[in-house]
Amino acid sequence: MEQVGQRKIDGMWLTVVGTAVLFFLILPTLIVIPMSFSGASYLEFPPTSFSFRWYTAYFTSAEWMSATKTSLIAAVLTTAIATPLGTLCAYGLHCSTPRIRSTAQILVIMPIVVPVILIAVGVFSLYAKLGLNYTLTGIVIAHTALALPFVIVTVMSGLQNYDFDQELAARSLGASRAYALWTVTVPQVKFSIQTGAFLAFITSLDEVVISMLVSGGEKATITRRMFNSLRDQLDPTIAAISTCLIIVSISALIGVQLIGRSKTADK
Amino acid sequence: MSIAEAYEGAGTLQNASTLKSEERRESLTFLGLSMPAVVTILIVVFLPIFWLSSLSFYNAAGELSLENYARIFESALYRRTFVVTFQISIVVTVICVLLGYPLCYWLTRMPDKIAAILMVFVLVPFWTSVLVRTYAWLVLLQRNGIINSSLMSLGIIDEPLQLAHNLTGSIIGMVHIMLPFLVLPLYATMRNIDGDLVRAAVGLGSSPRGAFWRVFFPMSLPGLFAGIVLVFILSLGFFVTPALLGGGRVQMLAQRIESTITVYSNWGAASALGVVLLLLALAMIWLMNRVFGLDKLFMR
Repeated sequence: MEQVGQRKIDGMWLTVVGTAVLFFLILPTLIVIPMSFSGASYLEFPPTSFSFRWYTAYFTSAEWMSATKTSLIAAVLTTAIATPLGTLCAYGLHCSTPRIRSTAQILVIMPIVVPVILIAVGVFSLYAKLGLNYTLTGIVIAHTALALPFVIVTVMSGLQNYDFDQELAARSLGASRAYALWTVTVPQVKFSIQTGAFLAFITSLDEVVISMLVSGGEKATITRRMFNSLRDQLDPTIAAISTCLIIVSISALIGVQLIGRSKTADK
Repeated sequence: MSIAEAYEGAGTLQNASTLKSEERRESLTFLGLSMPAVVTILIVVFLPIFWLSSLSFYNAAGELSLENYARIFESALYRRTFVVTFQISIVVTVICVLLGYPLCYWLTRMPDKIAAILMVFVLVPFWTSVLVRTYAWLVLLQRNGIINSSLMSLGIIDEPLQLAHNLTGSIIGMVHIMLPFLVLPLYATMRNIDGDLVRAAVGLGSSPRGAFWRVFFPMSLPGLFAGIVLVFILSLGFFVTPALLGGGRVQMLAQRIESTITVYSNWGAASALGVVLLLLALAMIWLMNRVFGLDKLFMR
């Protein structure tokens, strides 16, 4: 009897802590959304009046719009480059000998675990020599390196669940290696590749530290402008921009979840 | 290609050496496929860091010396930076464990479907820009922000608390950013623990608490450890949140490196700090690899 009581208390205690932690995680993330519709000229919560003035301020500002354009173009290009390169790399590593694979895996995971400030400072000095600071090319190259590990990791875990005999069968029936890869293997791990692409896009779009150093002037990214603006004051326009960024992130997350669901439904 | 050739080879009684050279050529092809990605990472991540590290061994006059490292140990400012960085990283990691472990355990005991829905509360922040979340905390924690105003209207405090632009703010913001990094590996590990083992322990006469501590907890340790190392490494080199929520009062290693370069243009000193940070991070990664296995990241 005593044990049952104890278990109930333990269970209640867990529920209270678990719920509180979940709210701690989600509420601050979403609180900028109602604030962005405030009509007041300063930040307030809860908002007392409703307006689109901060969205108007965002969408009519030439500076913010140019930064948004730079960020979106950089994210699209990063995704377009990192996804095929990462997929090929994952395929290559999956098929190589275990020794090469384990060495290469540690190497390609480095951009995630090395402190990003070091990459930023290093890239900044390298670009200074090459004249790539404040250029779109520079941003895209650096973001591609950061995004690659995400593509490689997701595609490799996809390949792990894929029965390679299918590709061998295609090849024994006369398909060339490249043809078998493209028509048999790639469609099977399509979901992992798409997930990797989403991750690459978000990685580039949300990246702050490298952008802070290597982007600027005409080619400043939105995160760089936001960071600089936040250092000075709490501009409510940022609430509107943040809401847009949250919508992009959540859409990507929903995309990945939908992919995951259709994948399990297929099986 | 190779298989077809291997068949032909066997047919014409060509032997092992053909197969072997074929195999070697094939493994080179695979390596070749990986090269564009690997080279990009080498050029963007390894080359600059290597070059930066070499800078740290030259003094202002351009001579080889350990001056930059000596200064790290002599200068009170740099020592303070290291102490603060470690203190904050440890506090953040401990708070993340205290919040994350009960959360994961609670989720593990839920039915799969409900747990999957509740995990959205972890994934949405995880996918949301660090900058956006830091901004939200700046607003929440400011002098006339919602936290101060509700505490005051509840009569708990009379004066607004100084929550942002200091150490408290940095720690609250960092915990919020880092928590998902602890929760995700820990929850994945806990999900894989066979609940029957715990039930068996209880069936054999253990108290539920005893079963938890002696059966469940030890089996969750690999995931917990992976989460701890991840949070600690990321905290050591974290820049954005302490830079904004610390309001200049909190100087962690990453900010010190950035300001040493952008404000003082002292590349030698900055790269020496960078090398120390890198070695700390690599030591952690090595430890994580030993205990958890980095290649686990590549599996489901």
